[in-house]
Amino acid sequence: MERMRYLPLTSSDRAEMLSVIGAGSVDDLFVDVPESARLSGPIEGLPNHASELAVERHMTALARKNMVAGDVPFFLGCGAYRHHVPASVDHLIQRGEFLTAYTPYQPEIAQGTLQMLFEFQTQVARLLGTDVANASMYDGSTACWEAIGMARRITKKSKAILSSGLHPHYVSVAKTMAKYTGDTLETGTPVLTAETDIDQMIAAIDADTSCVVVQYPDILGRIADLTPLAEACHAKKALLIAVVTEPVALGAVRSPGEMDADIVVGEGQSLGVGLQFGGPYVGLMGCKDKYIRQMPGRFCGETVDADGKRGFVLTLSTREQHIRREKATSNICTNSGLCALAFSIHMTLLGEAGLRRMAGINHANACRAADRLAKVPGVKLVNDVFFNEFTLDLGREARPVVRTLAERGVLAGVSLGRLYPGEDALANGLVVAVTETVTAEDIETLAKALEEVLA
Amino acid sequence: MTINQSGWKPTSPEANEASVPATFTGNRALMLEEKLIFEIGDSETTGVDFAEGDVAGSRLGDLSRKDPIGLPGLSEPETVRHYTRLSRQNYAIDLGLFPLGSCTMKHNPRLNEKMARLPGFSDVHPLAPVDTVQGALEVIHQLAHWLVTLTGMTSVAMSPKAGAHGELCGILAIKAALEKRGEGHRKVILVPESAHGTNPATAAFAGFSVEDIPATADGRVDTDALKARLGPDVAGVMITNPNTCGLFERDLKDISDAVHAAGGYVYCDGANFNAIVGRVRPGDLGVDAMHINLHKTFSTPHGGGGPGSGPVVFSEALTPFAPLPFVEKTGEGFRLVEEENADDHHADSFGRMVAFHGQMGMFTRALTYILSHGADGLRQVAEDAVLNANYVLRSLENTLDAPFAKSGPCMHEAIFSDEGLAEGFSTIDVAKALIDEGFHPMTMYFPLVVHGAMLVEPTETESKAALDQFIGALASVAERAKAGDPSLKTAPHFAPRARLDETLAARKPVLVWKDKAA
Repeated sequence: MERMRYLPLTSSDRAEMLSVIGAGSVDDLFVDVPESARLSGPIEGLPNHASELAVERHMTALARKNMVAGDVPFFLGCGAYRHHVPASVDHLIQRGEFLTAYTPYQPEIAQGTLQMLFEFQTQVARLLGTDVANASMYDGSTACWEAIGMARRITKKSKAILSSGLHPHYVSVAKTMAKYTGDTLETGTPVLTAETDIDQMIAAIDADTSCVVVQYPDILGRIADLTPLAEACHAKKALLIAVVTEPVALGAVRSPGEMDADIVVGEGQSLGVGLQFGGPYVGLMGCKDKYIRQMPGRFCGETVDADGKRGFVLTLSTREQHIRREKATSNICTNSGLCALAFSIHMTLLGEAGLRRMAGINHANACRAADRLAKVPGVKLVNDVFFNEFTLDLGREARPVVRTLAERGVLAGVSLGRLYPGEDALANGLVVAVTETVTAEDIETLAKALEEVLA
Repeated sequence: MTINQSGWKPTSPEANEASVPATFTGNRALMLEEKLIFEIGDSETTGVDFAEGDVAGSRLGDLSRKDPIGLPGLSEPETVRHYTRLSRQNYAIDLGLFPLGSCTMKHNPRLNEKMARLPGFSDVHPLAPVDTVQGALEVIHQLAHWLVTLTGMTSVAMSPKAGAHGELCGILAIKAALEKRGEGHRKVILVPESAHGTNPATAAFAGFSVEDIPATADGRVDTDALKARLGPDVAGVMITNPNTCGLFERDLKDISDAVHAAGGYVYCDGANFNAIVGRVRPGDLGVDAMHINLHKTFSTPHGGGGPGSGPVVFSEALTPFAPLPFVEKTGEGFRLVEEENADDHHADSFGRMVAFHGQMGMFTRALTYILSHGADGLRQVAEDAVLNANYVLRSLENTLDAPFAKSGPCMHEAIFSDEGLAEGFSTIDVAKALIDEGFHPMTMYFPLVVHGAMLVEPTETESKAALDQFIGALASVAERAKAGDPSLKTAPHFAPRARLDETLAARKPVLVWKDKAA
């Protein structure tokens, strides 16, 4: 083949190297592949190598087939939120020394990644209100089931109670895993009311309960004090696991750790990462000090070097698969390092003052939107306590309304019919998220479009 | 520190240190020390301006945050400087050869980054109505098609988030298939001693018991021992091919046939697929499930430890059990098969592994990579990766002990042991000295079947000149280790940090920063 831009060897390099190796041809190097398994022809249907320009055309044409969130009034949430990410975040994560580094297994030449992870762990722990946090998980949903497994190992009990307000995908993931780990899960479907299911969960906790998993704010956007739930858990020697899918909320409301949750997991996508059609995202996971030996994933810790200088290393790795193999706390290896970096940079840019301001704007925008949308004839606001996301009862099935509004260029929210297909009692529900990216004009456009479609 | 271009080597770090004056800042020219954000930032400073406006009005119930969170902020210039300084303390592929065996540190094409950032991919919500995200679904569908074609398998699950998550996906499909057959009593998964740690961890998580299969003296799975262990309690095997010694498992088809005949399934760890892409299809070797690390074979960036992406290809036998969701092409376009519509033709799915649809940002990069290389380029990727590894192996086999050099060619990585190093010297000393030579070390002490293993994977994106420099450096360091050069024990000398005390870190874990004054 002619030279391909990513492959530096020339034909004469190859010939020279083969002679050093003592092989007649490259085929001789594949001698261990049985004859019958060697492919000689081209790959079916795949053209030969293509220029940057040609590939860019192909990909751009695909990208154009999607409705871009930033081009339209946009109100989707339910576990993935559109926030403004400062320009410097993406610039910094694209520095080759971060982007093209590996897991920091050689700490002397990976202090950049390691110090960043130590800062990330501290930021996450403070935000969640936990003593410690790990160096990230794949995403919120996988962090959530890892927490359930962790609670089983700590309590030696295996019945988990999942709030009906927990994201249904998170419930689905936990159900899949429970089939194989022997955990029993108690789950339920949410009810379109202002009240959360905390009282029902408190009533359900018994001596066999390993943990209660509660989302805060929950899938409908509701928030409630977790303190009584934590007390009830601890009275029965169960753990409280809190799940935060919108970390910006913690700039405005009390953290789950403050309310005595034992393990707090979260989806960090809101800060630095972007929507990306669902991934990659970054799982946040923190816990009380006493449970760190049962945590999954990597930890970065402080130490000193041979000259006495402060430095950082990956530590407590005797929990992990590369050391413990079948006795590890999890099989996780690769995590979400670069997304953790984006999260951490965004958090550093915001700082406490910026995060609180951002959270305040989110909440104020959401309050305005809720007031305006509740005035649309036939529409009722389900929950009047919320952060930046709330649920409307449209008085008729929401899913087709969302589709019709999309055709009119308004991405109105997530219909509960999409998340809970077949649940008639939820079919009229529409979850609306309102972040700092939403303008007063966007809210008015949505309200007017909704009025017309519902009329 | 002096830049050591003359070949002169310090005999001890002290001799070198004495000639270098201390600086007021602790910095050494371009080597800049950087404090933690908690030491330089404060809770009032922010690098983000928000529009003025009313943020009053509270529907937060009684849950308003009262106490400070403790998050320091920096202005934008301080932030850019902080992370730029940190970045310069990292080694990276962009700086030089990164021969970390089994990890496939190849060049990350920047076109892939650009494509992933097109707003049509990066600014799209996973729950947007499917009619508005047809392009995103088409990307998933196109990539899925090429992965299935390249592996000669029947279907692919795109949602697993990384290699280990993909392993779990494959093992859960095997478990579901066995249960469907009424053979849930098969509880044993056989795993070679040389396997990645994720293999036994995954099998154990799914409730299997793990039994080791020994290796032969030539570095491959002991086929006879494996066959002898097959029986009605064995659910399957997990085999890495090419294996972690860098060798092709010649008997894999034979092993697969035996496993199938005994009622089990074959899981292939596809971490090393980059060695055979375009030349060998795992489907032709009887594999039932294999994960593909998009961050290895298809060069999505490792990012300092992730994100990865681990789609799993399945044989016809396991296809019905593949997880949700997946993308399907219909007459009207593309649709998502999820919980609500799975029952019509995918009722045996073992369920959902993640929220949403997988690592879309990695899919766009991997598809860009595949289309850029094309059929001829992908084949050349495998050939050059194997050629480069063999060149390293044969150039160093007389300097370092190469335990399987007699077994024939290696695939994409070359393995050496610490045999022949001076008394008291080990692989870590060689590795740390390579840091001073300007290289990232090879994988150390893995796989476990080779004493003091040094696993070198150069990848296909290295030029011959880069390989020659690396070979020269490794040979030089190896000779010093054989001669017992004491300066190796204190290497690295020129890195941002000397060897770090890992024992202290584990004994008294400090995992978050605490204000010393508090």
